[in-house]
Amino acid sequence: MSEKRDYIYIGILIATVSLLPFFLTNDYYLHVLILIGLHTIIVLGLNLLMGYAGQISLGHAAFYGLGAYTSGILTAIYDFHPVFAALIALLFVGLIAFVVGIPSLKLRGHYLAIATLGFGIIISIIFNEMKLAPKGTDLPMGGPEGITDIPKLYFLKYSFGLDNILPVKLGQVTGLSNVVPNLYAFNIVFDTDLKYYFIVWIFALLLLIISNNIIKSRVGRALRALHTSETAASTLGIDIQKYKLSVFVLSAFYASIAGSLYAHFIASAGPSSFGFHKSIMLVVMVVVGGMASIWGSIFGAAFITLLPEFIDALNNSVVKIQPELFYIFEDFDIIVYGLILMVILIFMPEGLTKGIVDRLKGKFSK
Amino acid sequence: MKGRKLLFLGLVLIISAGLLVTSCEKKPPPELTGEPYVIGGVFSVTGRASFLGEPEKNSMELFAEIVNSEGGINGHPIEVVIYDDEGDATNSVTLVKKLIEKDNVLAIVGPSLSGNTLSVIDVIEEKEVPLVSCAASVKITEPVKKWVFKTPQTDVMAVEKIYEYFVANGITKIAIITVANGYGDSGKEQLKAQAPGAGIEIVAEESFGSEDTDMTAQLTVIKGTDAEAIVCWGTNPGPAIVAKNMVQLDVQIPLFQSHGVASPKFIEIAGDAANGIILPAGKIIVTDQLPKSDPQRKVLMHYKEVYEEKFPGSKVSSFGGHAWDAMAMIAEALKVSGPDRAMLRDEIEKTTDYIGIHGIFNMTPEDHNGLNIDSAFVMLKIENGEWVIIE
Amino acid sequence: MFSLFLYFFMSFFDQLLQFFVSGVTQGSIYAIVGLGFTIIYNSTEIINFAQGEFVMLGAMFMVTFNAALGLPIPISFVISVIAVLIIGILIDLLIIRPVRKPTHISLIIITIGASIFIKGVAMLAWKKDYHAATPFSGEKPISIGTAAITPQALWVIGITCVVLVLLHLFFEYTDTGKGMRASAINPKAASLLGIRVKRMVLISFALSGALGAVAGIIIAPITFAIYNMGVMLGLKGFCGAVIGGLGSVPGAIIGGFALGVLEAMGAGLISSAYKDAIAFVVLLLVLFMRPTGILGKGEMKRV
Repeated sequence: MSEKRDYIYIGILIATVSLLPFFLTNDYYLHVLILIGLHTIIVLGLNLLMGYAGQISLGHAAFYGLGAYTSGILTAIYDFHPVFAALIALLFVGLIAFVVGIPSLKLRGHYLAIATLGFGIIISIIFNEMKLAPKGTDLPMGGPEGITDIPKLYFLKYSFGLDNILPVKLGQVTGLSNVVPNLYAFNIVFDTDLKYYFIVWIFALLLLIISNNIIKSRVGRALRALHTSETAASTLGIDIQKYKLSVFVLSAFYASIAGSLYAHFIASAGPSSFGFHKSIMLVVMVVVGGMASIWGSIFGAAFITLLPEFIDALNNSVVKIQPELFYIFEDFDIIVYGLILMVILIFMPEGLTKGIVDRLKGKFSK
Repeated sequence: MKGRKLLFLGLVLIISAGLLVTSCEKKPPPELTGEPYVIGGVFSVTGRASFLGEPEKNSMELFAEIVNSEGGINGHPIEVVIYDDEGDATNSVTLVKKLIEKDNVLAIVGPSLSGNTLSVIDVIEEKEVPLVSCAASVKITEPVKKWVFKTPQTDVMAVEKIYEYFVANGITKIAIITVANGYGDSGKEQLKAQAPGAGIEIVAEESFGSEDTDMTAQLTVIKGTDAEAIVCWGTNPGPAIVAKNMVQLDVQIPLFQSHGVASPKFIEIAGDAANGIILPAGKIIVTDQLPKSDPQRKVLMHYKEVYEEKFPGSKVSSFGGHAWDAMAMIAEALKVSGPDRAMLRDEIEKTTDYIGIHGIFNMTPEDHNGLNIDSAFVMLKIENGEWVIIE
Repeated sequence: MFSLFLYFFMSFFDQLLQFFVSGVTQGSIYAIVGLGFTIIYNSTEIINFAQGEFVMLGAMFMVTFNAALGLPIPISFVISVIAVLIIGILIDLLIIRPVRKPTHISLIIITIGASIFIKGVAMLAWKKDYHAATPFSGEKPISIGTAAITPQALWVIGITCVVLVLLHLFFEYTDTGKGMRASAINPKAASLLGIRVKRMVLISFALSGALGAVAGIIIAPITFAIYNMGVMLGLKGFCGAVIGGLGSVPGAIIGGFALGVLEAMGAGLISSAYKDAIAFVVLLLVLFMRPTGILGKGEMKRV
């Protein structure tokens, strides 16, 4: 696990992510890659919790949803600046995680699972019931239809390009502002999928580097000690409660960031996207990628997000071979998710990334 | 250990093979000479709204099959590409983008749910692809969006119809009990909004979860008020349980339901408790009883016939009709417009006097639903396990 | 004035009685489901998230054998229970036993995987529609004071009590039952005494499967059967078991009944909109204030 090797991996990742959009044939794949990016962010956090601290959260979609709803409500109904709203969301979600975490983490292993399960369901019921009225209209927003018309993400809305600084509107006078608009009107509004792709993946990669650093640090070692044996760890002077709580809140932060990004991407946030089913999907992603594998997070997120595409492709290729078997893989998604969970945990509990890599290593070392 | 693993894998393979065999029924569209017209569909085929998505998907596929067997549209076959959003609004957005970018569809039918439809409107308007939604909420078409249409009757009209009945029969105090999902919520909003205008006072407002199995608590509360009638707004199975609970508690006042239960399934699961219930419904449920002079009768009987022949064991419901009407209007528009999204949208907007499952459609630039209250609903009463038209 | 007050009080009391009666009916379902969780937890410390699916399968099989194939109710009952019992055994043999590194996390997730898989298969096999099940003895409501209850609800409560008694006898007086209790407390010591721990685990899965099936069969006439009915029932039954004390058989029963009554009271007296949240709010309160539950064993390790 040398430092240099990590930098190489990160470099390759950055290069791949930057160049990938230019090889895509249409915008839909960009959308999918953005979703993978969002999921990667959440899974990174969840991985720290599950893989390194050894705790399970069966309600993590609630934090994701809380981030999305907070950002959505503050920007759509109360006209907050999106970045400001996202920061408020972060604090709010962190606070909730803290409050829920303190009593839950005093309990042994699977009791956190139960508590997060209950918490997740309560939050999704609240999402379903809660309604707010935007000012100026009678129509309440929220409830089962969710928050809609969430504005786009932006950092700076005010033009402060050269034309605004100099008294003479140089760009307009010379006509240059038509050729190179960005120099003359510097506002970044994330209104295309391509721009969004980059902002989401910048966050994802940043958080990946941060997570990697956490693992390597003293904190990471404490976490791993905790995971192996709580008793042993406490005799070494590690404050178990503090570490478990910190990781739990941290994983909630990750989810909140992803949630805020989600809100401005999909431009709406509804209870159907943040329920028990989603929480389970997130856990599946962590498991598939490998529970103690930061790099596996990307793989797990990608694999599960792309699964419907795989099944689609499978379906299409089957149709070409034998037309009567059209539509056989309909409704198979659910079965496949269940199968994946069981098969991986039985045969390759360390997850697909490590599992496959180890097996390949085994073959090559012979 | 190894033996067990093999056994497990073997079992999985056997189950999968068995399911494969039982699920293969459908065939892809036959070859026709022209370039296929690709129409996309996004429905909630699995998940909580599968009672909507499955008949919608079936109807859409069936329509395409029939059109293709009769020569397509000007020689062009219709090719349908349908995806399942599982009831999740995020998936709806993803799949709509997929249909537009990857499958290059000319138009999209669906989604099945109101919340999901509202989520995809931004994408639709931005990419400029006509959408004909199968969801009920009035917010979908009011205010009007250029590229968004819908086929189901709105809850506005359903509530109007019920209140008409109340006013005509001197009922002024009612209790409402609604499902905690988009459909029930929308109904509740309308019931409350239109009550003052109809001179009706809502003395109790209860709700229940879509998975709840016992509503006696809520009904007990209602029983303690002076309500003269109960209006239940939801989709199966909740309303059926409400009906049964009312029998159990010996609640004397009449029960009114919404068009959400206008399907044979409701009578099947509510059993005897269904008798005496009154509701507004689309005419598809009582095709046999319609007078021969009713312009919709022919269309309805045809739909019922082909649907029940193709899917033996299922009965038609108004839900499948949402997609059928959508496809029919798109197909009619395609005949004139050809494979051009903007022209297709214009033609859909020009739909006039189209006799559909849900009523007679007249689309205008201001009205992208196109139904009026008379053709959309009839008032039905359930007697002896059968639907009877009442006035 | 006093008579007016009395009138309101009496009608309020009537309402309370109805809430209580409805709550007890719902509560017995939670109780049996919770029992299924408890038995597996006792012998393996696993939380079997597929328990809810046992309930669903019981209901579905019953509908198939009784309503579709026309077999009489008692025979369909028995066959359905046996079918789900076998599935429970298969889960132990094929899914739980082969796990190479049985940690808490992996076992919980595996059972979640199993429940998703079973749900998917059920969806393909029985399609996505609701199925009505025939009540055992008709539908004419029976009055208990001013409250009303359906005959099927009496069956539910009655069969639950019978099950409780049988289980008590099993655990107290049979060798197998005593063996199961021993292996739950200390597997190593138990195996030294000649008890085959693996066999106890197998039996606990079979037993929980059977219990889940019984629960599904008796409530299907009230709630209708559909492929995803197991999710909420499983979760709430689980809440009941935790509230009563995870690991305690009488605790699961009491917790389940208490939960049912609380739900009915909450929906009637406070707000019906948040009824579903009640189970989970109570769950969190119990976990935070008294994690061992009402009757729990002192198994909770505090860090």
